Amino acid sequence: MSITPNEVMKIAHLARMSVDHDDVERYAQDLSGILNLVEHMNQVDVRGIEPMAHPLDMCQRLRADVVTEFNQRDTLQAHAPAVENGLFLVPKVIE
Amino acid sequence: MQWETVIGLEIHAQLATKSKIFSGSSTAFGAEPNTQANVVDLGMPGALPVLNAEAVRLAVTFGLAINAVVNRRSIFARKNYFYPDLPKGYQISQMDLPIVARGEILIEQEDGTSQTVGITRAHLEEDAGKSLHEDFHGLTGIDLNRAGTPLLEIVSEPDMRSAKEAVAYAKTIHSLVRYLGMCDGNMQEGSFRVDANVSVRPKGQAEFGTRAEVKNVNSFRFLERAINFEVERQIDVLESGGKVVQETRLYDPDRDETRSMRSKEEAHDYRYFPDPDLLPVVLDEAYIETVHAGLPELPNDKKQRFVKQYALSPYDASFLTAERELADYFENALKVAGCEAKLAANWVMGDLSAALNKAGLEIKQSPVNADMLGGLLNRIADNTLSGKLAKEVFEAMWAGEGGADAIIEKKGLKQITDEGAIAAIVDAVLAQFPEQVAEFRSGKDKVFGFLVGQVMKAAKGKANPAQLNAVLKQRLES
Repeated sequence: MSITPNEVMKIAHLARMSVDHDDVERYAQDLSGILNLVEHMNQVDVRGIEPMAHPLDMCQRLRADVVTEFNQRDTLQAHAPAVENGLFLVPKVIE
Repeated sequence: MQWETVIGLEIHAQLATKSKIFSGSSTAFGAEPNTQANVVDLGMPGALPVLNAEAVRLAVTFGLAINAVVNRRSIFARKNYFYPDLPKGYQISQMDLPIVARGEILIEQEDGTSQTVGITRAHLEEDAGKSLHEDFHGLTGIDLNRAGTPLLEIVSEPDMRSAKEAVAYAKTIHSLVRYLGMCDGNMQEGSFRVDANVSVRPKGQAEFGTRAEVKNVNSFRFLERAINFEVERQIDVLESGGKVVQETRLYDPDRDETRSMRSKEEAHDYRYFPDPDLLPVVLDEAYIETVHAGLPELPNDKKQRFVKQYALSPYDASFLTAERELADYFENALKVAGCEAKLAANWVMGDLSAALNKAGLEIKQSPVNADMLGGLLNRIADNTLSGKLAKEVFEAMWAGEGGADAIIEKKGLKQITDEGAIAAIVDAVLAQFPEQVAEFRSGKDKVFGFLVGQVMKAAKGKANPAQLNAVLKQRLES
């Protein structure tokens, strides 16, 4: 299993990460190395073993349906680059 | 060529919880922007989600109501995509092990045909915020009050073959989630959103055609139109030698058409993986049993019971049980009145529903409550009121003038049922119209209607119509 430089670019794009062109080849090798390790683990016979969804062998605790939070808009928007009428402003996202 | 339409629906129902699925922020609709969004909803570093017990209970309730497998162990996953109204860069959803697995529901169309539609799964997830694209000098405004509101996404099998079937299914689910009290069903406010996966294939072909997903449908009427438009469009594409592209299309109700959402250069790749912030949800048998015990009578069971217990037609029973509140209203009015069920059904489905529609009110906002309607039905059943007078009393009750008996008393609307009194009015009218009487006796039956009208007018509308007819006939024929 190996990852091509093109696939590195695609993954970086999906994750919205900028990748230096010179590093692409190295990332491709590193990622391929990780996948090879996974491939190696894949050879272990795990028939009959329930896959773990979490490293902790515990189950989710539930919260009662009660409103416990109050309005903290001013605090939470203090470090937002742009706000107006209580809204966060971001670059336009539709054409 | 003969084409066959194939439709599957994805329905997002906002769950009627007080707080969000993973935080203690309020879910109330209509608050000032961003006043109900805390550190969890905003995806601040270090904030951790804690699952709302009520969201789990409502999801399980739905699963039990559709005879589905409720997974004793379910898992939350991250669905990764970038959009400013999704602050974390992923939506917490369920992928491999949803809380509700395969189930089914019986749907019935207006013409009485019924069928079973498969429900592939229903899973819990969080809603995103809202983007406002207008009026921000070229920028987009983001309101995250809705971010983190619990949703149950209900995915059907591609079992529907026409827009009408799809609408019948959507209405059935809509009615069910409201019965269960798990969703308010408000399509305008977006609490109940329907997306349609639509494809066509040559009749007889086993494989499905390529589908398009139609979004932005905020009423059942638009759902039907959007699907019909999309089917025609796909058939046109295929018949002119083209290929249907798998894409998302938005319905535009003003132009009654679907339009392609400008597709991104990359196909969607959500890179799902189990959310390490949340442990598996494990439900035991005792819990499921408790939820099961709390299920209300379901719409279909109620409908069957109405047909059996009240001898109503399937149409009437469907109408009355479409909403739980309407069914309760009917039964309460009937309890007060003790009249024939059909009479109560006619009033609830007729004058009451018409008045509610006209005023744009829901049954629970009706100015005439079930007790009041029951009181009116009593006076119809004991012949105090004719149909016409009853309508007058109903209008007065609607206008807030009090109960039926008080209005009858105040307005002197009591029906005249005294045979002698009616005969006296009839005789007076006949004496007034000798020509018409002669015409009737010479064979012009039509004049009868005119004379009935005159007698009713003389009685100020209060004569019992059946008695009036009988007396008039008897006098004319003697």
